Amino acid sequence: MDKQEFTITVYTENQIGLLNRIAIIFSRRKINVESLNTSPTEVDSVHRFTIVINETEDVVKKLCRQIEKQVEVLKAYYNTDEEIIWQELALYKVSTDAIAEKVKVERLLRKYGARAVVIRKDYTVFETTGQREETDGLVKALEPYGLIEFVRSARVAIIKGSSRFHERLKEFEKKEPGEEVIENEFLDKNEEVFTM
Amino acid sequence: METLQKIKETPKENTLAKTPLGYGGISGSIAVLEAFIAEGVSTIFGYPGGAIMPIYDALYDYHDRLNHILVRHEQGAIHAAQGYARTSGDVGVVFATSGPGATNLVTGLADAMIDSTPVVCVTGQVFAHLLGTDAFQETDVINITTPVTKWNYQVTDATEIPAVLAKAFYIARSGRPGPVLIDITKNAQLQLFDYEGYEKCNHIRSYRPAPIVRKEYVEEAAKLINEAERPFVIFGQGVILGKAEKEFKAFIEKAGIPAAWTILGMSAIPTDHPLGVGMLGMHGNYGPNLLTNECDVLIAVGMRFDDRVTGRLDKYAKQAKVIHLDIDPSEIDKNVKTTVPVWGDCKETLPMLTKLVEHKVYPQWIQKFADCIAKEKEKVIKQELNPSSEILTMGEVIELVNELTKGDAIIVTDVGQHQMVACRYAKYNQSKSNVTSGGLGTMGFALPAAIGAKFGDKKRTVVAVIGDGGFQMTLQELGTIMQFDIDIKILILNNEFLGMVRQWQELFHQKRYSFTDITSPDFVQLASAYRIEGKSVRKREELKSSLSQMLNHKGSYLLEVMVGKENNVFPMVPQGKGVSEVVLCKEDIQ
Repeated sequence: MDKQEFTITVYTENQIGLLNRIAIIFSRRKINVESLNTSPTEVDSVHRFTIVINETEDVVKKLCRQIEKQVEVLKAYYNTDEEIIWQELALYKVSTDAIAEKVKVERLLRKYGARAVVIRKDYTVFETTGQREETDGLVKALEPYGLIEFVRSARVAIIKGSSRFHERLKEFEKKEPGEEVIENEFLDKNEEVFTM
Repeated sequence: METLQKIKETPKENTLAKTPLGYGGISGSIAVLEAFIAEGVSTIFGYPGGAIMPIYDALYDYHDRLNHILVRHEQGAIHAAQGYARTSGDVGVVFATSGPGATNLVTGLADAMIDSTPVVCVTGQVFAHLLGTDAFQETDVINITTPVTKWNYQVTDATEIPAVLAKAFYIARSGRPGPVLIDITKNAQLQLFDYEGYEKCNHIRSYRPAPIVRKEYVEEAAKLINEAERPFVIFGQGVILGKAEKEFKAFIEKAGIPAAWTILGMSAIPTDHPLGVGMLGMHGNYGPNLLTNECDVLIAVGMRFDDRVTGRLDKYAKQAKVIHLDIDPSEIDKNVKTTVPVWGDCKETLPMLTKLVEHKVYPQWIQKFADCIAKEKEKVIKQELNPSSEILTMGEVIELVNELTKGDAIIVTDVGQHQMVACRYAKYNQSKSNVTSGGLGTMGFALPAAIGAKFGDKKRTVVAVIGDGGFQMTLQELGTIMQFDIDIKILILNNEFLGMVRQWQELFHQKRYSFTDITSPDFVQLASAYRIEGKSVRKREELKSSLSQMLNHKGSYLLEVMVGKENNVFPMVPQGKGVSEVVLCKEDIQ
């Protein structure tokens, strides 16, 4: 199996120390985390981790099981890039003079869909949202004109085939979780698994 | 400090138990002890220190309800708690102070984590306002212990204590058990709060102790078993932890399938059970290793395919369809690809499976195991149990222990050659009789674990089989044995070497014995300094009477047996080889 980019989505309780518990699952196996985002979800007290790694599916599946094993983790999913809609936010600080003087820069910014966040005499900060290649493209293009500072956020992603997490959470909160809560990929691929 | 004074001023006889709980404030420390009582804790292993003093102060008034055993090192406390958990089937409990007290627990936590032992550790921590200031005896215990605990939590406010401890006990003992550490800052221990009583925890929304059993899988597994010609059961500690010994026995007996145990699964069925074919693993029995690669259906019950069991994975049971019963979903497919996963508590899944499997016998298949035993007897066991030379072997010592205890003793072993020999030759009649450090291989485990094992099952004889190396790692616990008059039979098998490493040096490093010759003190004199009687033997004619003297002695006794210096443990699956490449003697290697 080849390594490819996977996005792991983890729903957790909001608990101090959980970030470390999840991070060491990767570091223990010497797996580099490409990007990690954690933020509150639409559900009160539930947090969401979005983690991007480059690994084989076999490894990612095992990692998800290890993550889900943590007491305060509600659920962990993994998806390939095709299965998600994802974005990164990027901020670019450039000299205002440079853009004012060089028309080319303005054209560039239009091309990449950048938006000005702050315009000052000395510098201007632009913002883009997009995928890795797009932000990389603008960074490269801006470099000759004096890119002063650049930062990008971790990836955030929406899973194309997801269902409402609210409903699942209600199930978790019940004492005896309903059967549909237990995700079981073997069951979904019944025939494949039991072919002998 | 004022609060501490208040606690001090309460009458020696604690009035709390007499007044209905919930009226008036109690301290966080008392809340900890009340939680222990509510959880059925009777014995605590611990060591006091600055940051846990308020809890120890409260303990002063609880000595009639909570038995505290003062160990000599915190590692001793946690191994004792592990021993307690293994023989009692309940949670072992530890107290330690902050900083070095807590860091000394780490080895035991790692051991309990990898061997799924339910332990709850309560550590003291510096005052909350000092956290992160490099205060005296401050360490970041939560982060140090995160990889080696099933769950851990820092309490800085006493009001959290009842609920957090309830959660701690629930997590430690439910599902796949494991160690939990609760770090309580000193201010929380001292803080008075309105106590509303203790409520046990039985549900955490983000935690599912056991996956829901899927009937389809059980049916699929039963079908595979019923069609099998050479089925083979391998089982681990899951059977014991799940308290499913009866269910397991019923299953193999109905299905007529030969069963082999992992080192931690040992004693789940009596060792002389007709379907029991021996131990798996690097130094397990010949048949179970060899025939793993001949069975057509491999049924793994409550075991995790450790590398010491599987040898090289790409040469492991490739011909077989694998059924894996496990409570921990992350174990399925972790090391060995499963044909049919049976998720769930084996206490629940085994009876379902038993119902569906047909009554069967496999005389030819079982004969193969018998043939292997015969071969192993001829090449290994005979020399080990009835050596032709005058030099004593570890095996004959264990055989005599079997004879004298009739297989009723709890045997606690350390790590190394003596451990492998003890586990290979010991006989057990009942479950929870074998206490050893399996996954982590912690030398120094046995002596403190034996202390805990005794408290876990006070009626039974506890024999701690320890090597000369491992004994010297935790021998300070002789002090604990002395002070609390604990009855443990300490059996040191002394080969004047760090035997297992020496064996590898002999076999794989051209006999370059790099720092494996270890000098020992006079163990008998040492024991005598701790007022423990003892004896050292090296002659065969004295062995049986000495062992019998040890076992019949009232109270603890230390017997040192001088055994062959350069004896090796065989059979052996050399590292990097497949299980069917198991060898019976040195000459067969390579």
